[in-house]
Amino acid sequence: MDVLQRFAAGDLDAFESLFRQHQSAVYRWIVRIVRDPATAEDLTVETFWRVYRAHARFHPGGNFEGWLRRIGTNAALDHLRSTRKHAPLPDDLPADPLPDAAEQKESRSAIRSALASLTPRLRIVVQLGLIEEESYRAIGDALGISEGAVKLRMFRAVRILRKKLQQWEVKP
Amino acid sequence: MNAQEFKELGEKLRDAVPPLDQPELNRDLWPAMLKKMSDPRVRVPWFDWLLAALAATVLIFFPGAIPALLYHL
Repeated sequence: MDVLQRFAAGDLDAFESLFRQHQSAVYRWIVRIVRDPATAEDLTVETFWRVYRAHARFHPGGNFEGWLRRIGTNAALDHLRSTRKHAPLPDDLPADPLPDAAEQKESRSAIRSALASLTPRLRIVVQLGLIEEESYRAIGDALGISEGAVKLRMFRAVRILRKKLQQWEVKP
Repeated sequence: MNAQEFKELGEKLRDAVPPLDQPELNRDLWPAMLKKMSDPRVRVPWFDWLLAALAATVLIFFPGAIPALLYHL
């Protein structure tokens, strides 16, 4: 019996083996969405907790990595939804030595605010697609939607971002 | 919006929110996983509590709805 079959049967050792094998990949995916290492660690554990509870629903012949990534994406989305009103994007920029630093800083701040104002389901598409430059297919697989649906969300998100930036007189 | 404008917006976004360059997990999370598994606190969202309270209120004031509810369960 291989590790996935044993996991599906509820074997804790098999779960530990899968956890150790995939925890880094899940963390790397989630931290790109939430952009905070501590939160990403918590959400990685939450993801595997959801996976463990759902072991009976996993088909051993299925794509474990894809299933895991989708659950991790949902956990990250739940986090974005729960913190939407309270947490702007972290200001993780280094100090800017250029003479027009103040103007650039203001512009970047406006862009971050515009991004943070998007609904989580649009923001996740922009962050993964435009910032992290993941493929539409990878984003669609992670969200459980088609590539066409990803493109549609991207189009809507970009339209909203441009509108907001024009309102704030930031050249998009 | 054309492809050039789309590309420029992408560049602006990446300038304001830089992509994370190979973020790495710095510690083993298995101990945290074991802790969570041994203490599975169930958090019920406030909306679920509200729905439960509403359902209870309806059933108290309209007990005739109980058979209909059981039918739909």
